Amino acid sequence: MSESLPIVEMRDISIEFPGVKALDGVDFRLFQGEVHALMGENGAGKSTLIKALTGVYKIDGGSIVVGGEERQFHGTRDAQSAGVSTVYQEVNLVTNLTIGENVMLGHEIRGGFGVNWRATHAAATEALARLGLDHLDTHRPLSTLSIAMQQLVAISRAMAVKAKVLILDEPTSSLDAAEVEGLFRVMRTLRDQGVAILFVSHFLDQVYAISDRLTILRNGKYEGEYLTRELDRHALISKMIGKDLGTLSSLGGNRRVEQRDYAAEAPLLAAKGLGRQGSIEPTDLEVHRGEVVGFAGLLGSGRTELARLLYGADRADEGEVTLNGTRVDLRNPADGLGRRIAFSTENRRDEGIIADLTVRENMILAVQAERGWARPIPRKEQDELVEKYITALNVRPADPNRLIKNLSGGNQQKVLLGRWLATNPELLILDEPTRGIDVGAKAEIQEAVAELAEGGVSVVFISSELEEVVRLSERIVVLKDHQKIGEIVNGPAITAQHVVDVIAAHGVEAAAESGIIDAEAGSNPTEAPHANAHVFAAPEEES
Amino acid sequence: MSTGARTNWLRELIRKPYFWGVVAIFALLALNVLKDPNYLALSVNPVNGNLVGNVVDILRASAPILMIAVGMSLVIATGGIDLSVGSVMAVSGAVAMVFMKDAGQSGSLGVALGAIGLALLVSAVLGAINGVLVAYIGLQPFISTLIMMLAGRGIAKVITEGQNTSATNDPFRWIANGFVVGLPVVFLLAIVIVIIVGLVVRRSALGLMIEAIGINPKASRMAGIKPSGLLLTVYILSAVLAGIAGIMSVGTVMTVDVSRTGYQMELDAILAVVIGGTSLAGGKFSIGGAVVGALLIATLDKTIVFLGISSSATPAFKAIVIVVLCLLQSERVRSWFSQRRKPPRPTSAPTSVPPTQQKQEVTA
Repeated sequence: MSESLPIVEMRDISIEFPGVKALDGVDFRLFQGEVHALMGENGAGKSTLIKALTGVYKIDGGSIVVGGEERQFHGTRDAQSAGVSTVYQEVNLVTNLTIGENVMLGHEIRGGFGVNWRATHAAATEALARLGLDHLDTHRPLSTLSIAMQQLVAISRAMAVKAKVLILDEPTSSLDAAEVEGLFRVMRTLRDQGVAILFVSHFLDQVYAISDRLTILRNGKYEGEYLTRELDRHALISKMIGKDLGTLSSLGGNRRVEQRDYAAEAPLLAAKGLGRQGSIEPTDLEVHRGEVVGFAGLLGSGRTELARLLYGADRADEGEVTLNGTRVDLRNPADGLGRRIAFSTENRRDEGIIADLTVRENMILAVQAERGWARPIPRKEQDELVEKYITALNVRPADPNRLIKNLSGGNQQKVLLGRWLATNPELLILDEPTRGIDVGAKAEIQEAVAELAEGGVSVVFISSELEEVVRLSERIVVLKDHQKIGEIVNGPAITAQHVVDVIAAHGVEAAAESGIIDAEAGSNPTEAPHANAHVFAAPEEES
Repeated sequence: MSTGARTNWLRELIRKPYFWGVVAIFALLALNVLKDPNYLALSVNPVNGNLVGNVVDILRASAPILMIAVGMSLVIATGGIDLSVGSVMAVSGAVAMVFMKDAGQSGSLGVALGAIGLALLVSAVLGAINGVLVAYIGLQPFISTLIMMLAGRGIAKVITEGQNTSATNDPFRWIANGFVVGLPVVFLLAIVIVIIVGLVVRRSALGLMIEAIGINPKASRMAGIKPSGLLLTVYILSAVLAGIAGIMSVGTVMTVDVSRTGYQMELDAILAVVIGGTSLAGGKFSIGGAVVGALLIATLDKTIVFLGISSSATPAFKAIVIVVLCLLQSERVRSWFSQRRKPPRPTSAPTSVPPTQQKQEVTA
């Protein structure tokens, strides 16, 4: 790490939104050739600080020095010309252009007759080569690449302008472990070339794996700057949430050590041979009252697809579902909802929130849909309902009339959880409810799940974080390659490793049976075959 | 204190997306007053006590536009569009006229009610076809209603056998030409209908659900909303309102001209909705905005006639007014204005408001 002057120095930064101090006297330094993690809960001000540095927001106080010169950014272009490039959470590329066009978009090399495409593609290849991606054909359309590779293209696009500072905002949230490793390789390459990288991630393991230094924000205030290797996880989490780990570690106690004997009870929901062509093989499944059943498996293993059939989000084309002993036909979400089943999607932005409606409207929507439009929920009842879940789930800010799109991801997730709880479900299906949200909100959601089960609600819990599944569930359904490959009754002796073993063992059997190597034929061909266990290297910050 | 309340009220109004629509109406009226200082004068007809004047004419002319603009704003809010309203007006007018012509009995209220009922029923059927094509078959709203727009004129021609059809029926004529407490019946009727639709939409959860589907259809479905039934309802409502507009429109002269009645009215309706601040992308809608838009279109039409602008220049004049309005409403132009007006202070909050929040304030 360079001990010279920082390439970026932000001093005493303040930014105010009407009624909120988003940033209050925050300091931030970034040196050449380091990966610097910006840490904090949702709403701590990470995004705001980044937007100040990239010129999206104007600062109300403080100073920004880039490359030894004080700057006033009036928009992202100013920041870019100062050498600050950003890759945002959602990849913003043009999927129907070619890879090369995307890398060079806006910086095409011009010749006598407009754009010189040959030179442009050559420059794109060169930019990609800097990241070790010279095997990509720049003439292929971007859409042929996986999301992970698109992310890398986005980074080389950011680097094509010879950026000295690269900002990566949650680049890993939709990547699997092997893809994350690929990204980290690229980040290390760039760091060694002297680029200063600002990295934001909710995955603590990743922060420890890649970052050299970190800055912690809390409630818009500067908490401190530390060398990553000198700060252990407990200390980091405590500083992020500003309180002792008591609440978090008590979660460990929420795990059900004593197992109820469900064999005697009739199941709440029983699926027989439930399947859908191309998404999930016929599956048998039972869920009992008050039971937490975890679905474990890789991305694309069929865990989401199975859950969607149980709600009616997709229609099964074979098999049957019985609920409380009665056969039910779940053709659409309204059917599921009418049978007291609720489903919280993993795709919060596209299938969860209605961005331009308020917190209140988002929360009452499912209850209202069930009643039909002709029977509106009286305002007083709405207020009670919304107030109840805002308090119970600790939604911040606690303003029912704020548009949901102006809330942080974790708080949006809480509002959605409130939406489903308001329908008073017997079976609640949660698909990745804790993805991309901070430690504090994660603990709150986990706690809510445990409480619900105590109260007799059955929960299907799906998560890529295997530790989380093991901690919360009483029974774990393991899926792989669009089929259920086993069930594990949870107990004190069971760990994430057991689940990994089940998946790995199945792969070996399958390979042995078919005589071919199970290459985990996933959704994208460019991704190298990877070991199953990788995905479970996913973080487990609270332990 | 009262001044404080008034400035607050004024500030609210300025924030409304249809504020510039209101300004434009007054500007057009002022333009007319410049030409004729007595333009706004109202007089009372000594024979029957009715109000007479240009403003009354404008209100009367605005009634059919009000009907279709309100229907259109709901359809647009779902993320769709209804191009067939003009043709449905023609069909509705044709059905009513042919029915009354065949029934005779020029004084009969029963015949008038029968004509109205049949016209609205036929309109509802046409709307239901639109709705089924969009909601259940999954055709694009633009295509489905374009088909109906073309087919509707044809249906109207078949009903009238291609002839301009006249009929005499006094109760029916009264709807378009009568007066109650000095005001035109047709305008009062339109206002009552707008209020009823507004109440139904906003007091029930219909409005919320329409907005939800318009903003994010996938998430709405996952929340248990069944979009098909809602879409069908909205397209039927739009067509029935267009049917009422058709009745109002043919009632004035008691003649249906199948190639002129409702001609290009769908465009007026869309313009009215846009002027009212509802985005064509769907989502949030404003019935109040649609009303302002409809009144503006009516004022504009009358002004063009009054100023004696030659018929060949009429579309250009209309276009200029609407373009200027859209410019005034555009967020970019607005922020440009507000920045010009007051130089940014170092601590001023508005300059640091993220764009999404600014938008929220405007549409709130």
